[in-house]
Amino acid sequence: MGMERTMTGQTLYDKIWDNHRVKDYDDGSSLLYIDRHLVQEVSSPQAFDGLRERGLPLRRPDAHVAVADHAVPTRLRSQHLPGGLAGDQISRLVRNAREFGVPYIPMNDRRHGIVHVIGPELGFTLPGATLVCGDSHTCTHGAFGALAFGIGASECETIFATQTLRQRKQKRMRVTLHGRLGTGVAVKDIILALIAEIGTGGGFGHAIEFAGPAIAELSMEARMTLCNMSIEAGSRVGMVAPDETTITYLKGRPLAPEGDLWMRASAEWQDLRTDPDAVFDREVDLDVSALAPHVSWGTTPEETLPVTATIPDPALEQDAGKRFRMARSLAYMGLEPGTRLADVQIDRVFIGSCTNGRIEDLRNAAAIVKDRRIAGGVVGIVVPGSASVRLQAEAEGLDKVFRAAGFEWRDSGCSMCVAMNDDRLAAGERCASTSNRNFEGRQGQGGRTHLMSPVMAAAAAIAGRLTDVRNLAS
Amino acid sequence: MQKFTTVSSVAAPLPESSIDTDVIFPARFLLLPDKKGLGAQLFHERRHKTGDGPAFVLDRPPYDGAQILVAGAAFGTGSSREQAVWALADFGIRCVIAESFGEIFFANCFKNGILPIVLTGPDHAAVLAEAEAARPIEVDLERCEIGMADGAVIGFEVDAHRRRSLLNGLDEIGMILTDDAAEIAAFEERQRQLRPWLHLGPDKLAHFADLGEEIS
Ligand code: SF4
Repeated sequence: MGMERTMTGQTLYDKIWDNHRVKDYDDGSSLLYIDRHLVQEVSSPQAFDGLRERGLPLRRPDAHVAVADHAVPTRLRSQHLPGGLAGDQISRLVRNAREFGVPYIPMNDRRHGIVHVIGPELGFTLPGATLVCGDSHTCTHGAFGALAFGIGASECETIFATQTLRQRKQKRMRVTLHGRLGTGVAVKDIILALIAEIGTGGGFGHAIEFAGPAIAELSMEARMTLCNMSIEAGSRVGMVAPDETTITYLKGRPLAPEGDLWMRASAEWQDLRTDPDAVFDREVDLDVSALAPHVSWGTTPEETLPVTATIPDPALEQDAGKRFRMARSLAYMGLEPGTRLADVQIDRVFIGSCTNGRIEDLRNAAAIVKDRRIAGGVVGIVVPGSASVRLQAEAEGLDKVFRAAGFEWRDSGCSMCVAMNDDRLAAGERCASTSNRNFEGRQGQGGRTHLMSPVMAAAAAIAGRLTDVRNLAS
Repeated sequence: MQKFTTVSSVAAPLPESSIDTDVIFPARFLLLPDKKGLGAQLFHERRHKTGDGPAFVLDRPPYDGAQILVAGAAFGTGSSREQAVWALADFGIRCVIAESFGEIFFANCFKNGILPIVLTGPDHAAVLAEAEAARPIEVDLERCEIGMADGAVIGFEVDAHRRRSLLNGLDEIGMILTDDAAEIAAFEERQRQLRPWLHLGPDKLAHFADLGEEIS
């Protein structure tokens, strides 16, 4: 309990950190208690093996929920697992969950979905909690005012065995958002614009808090999109303080507290915010009013521009490293400097992922494609982030809207965000994608990804090329 | 975990920034079940490039036997996949020197006996020059120094606890369980009183009572 703490206010991050500090070590690191762990098939097998080799029990089975999301097929899903390595990986998760007493959600269950979509849906994700997953987009859950971050497989094993992690506190960074988004501009454009500005290393070593007047107006879905891509800005942690919107979203969720406990919990959550006199190590301000819809042109999320721009010329870049990187990106993407982004033809459209596979995303995209047709030669798929999103969308008739426009309507999973099932781009194919990473080969070996919002991807599907959704008369 | 004291080797130069873990270890190989043998998929697309152009650095002697890799900024960003580190370890890499690292990758290295070193400016340039000249360098974790063929020495910093763990090949889980078990139990009890909603009781877990099982 140092002097500093009583002299200046604490940030949201400081408060949750303090509430979970089991002990401080003399080197300045702390042992942090972890309340919740989401378990998926890719990062858990080696961790379960490790536990078994040590002959250790899993400390708190009630703190984990397991689901296979990365490798599951999104079509022709029956009670039978896919064959080959994917099937093996999924059945290994089933066996591990059974052996260690962790709830496992099968792929045909109504609760199935991408970990970062179902955590909040279940009320497994709660404000003020620490939550981890062997997946870098765990920062998504920070939208609820949780301290949530991605870890590696070895750390998953540490959680299984000890429910703690030895961690060093991050620096604090606040991103304050002002103004109001224009028509056709989405929260995805905010985060893409931020990454373009501060770079993929901009958040290194920092826990980001998103704050400011523009946040208050954002839905939980939108806040999740924002926090989800904190990792693309280099930060493992992105958070938003809980407010009425958060509490309304969580009330009545299956794993959220009820009755008296709900009253106690929600009262604590109401107060969980950064003190007015708290000091951040870094502050960034962004006025969102003037933002245009953004699309990425390269192979790192910072290689992003407003859709109204042209492809930049590496020759004009001063920094040699950046110049090399840009040239490599353009070669991989098959693009020429000076081309208007809006002239770039596409082959595929992917609407889904833990960034933009939620119900609002599908509603927004459906509103664009309604009564229109996908351009000839373009293949589009819509992959709801969870079964619950899919069922809600179907209840609203969104599946019919997408199908009528020529999209394929799929079952929940990561799908073409990571290309670990059979949804993938062929070499050279170009995709308008609502996912979060445009890395080389991310959507399939040799595939080319352009990141954008759901309405921009929908508009690209209709136009057959990257296009400014604001020009599509509705 | 394998101990790390000193490593002497040529360093493979990979002077690029933002090499993400999808490039280090492509996602489709994440279906492979074991840690062992992943070196074959390390930088798969770069190493198995069709067409002409120079072979990837790790395919060219003497770098195909390098135990040290020198990269640019933001090495290992992106996906948390520890397979990227397992693949490097399996290939034989014991130390990665870069201007900065993706945070999860950086943490994963220490769990697998790989030392990630942050060097910037002239220090980074000097090491890269040695790498490009294929002159061996020596990384000494005991002294936190990199020694060059001409006798020059560059210091580096590493977190004290992580340094100790690597030097002694310590096992973090074992250490936490021996040293901190009582404190963890006490914390858990306190949390149960203060924030009981963070522990799911039988009433809440009943939500999962009707979960089926996947049939293979
Ligand atoms: S949707 Fe994509 S980014 Fe999200 S968890 Fe799945 S693979 Fe990772």
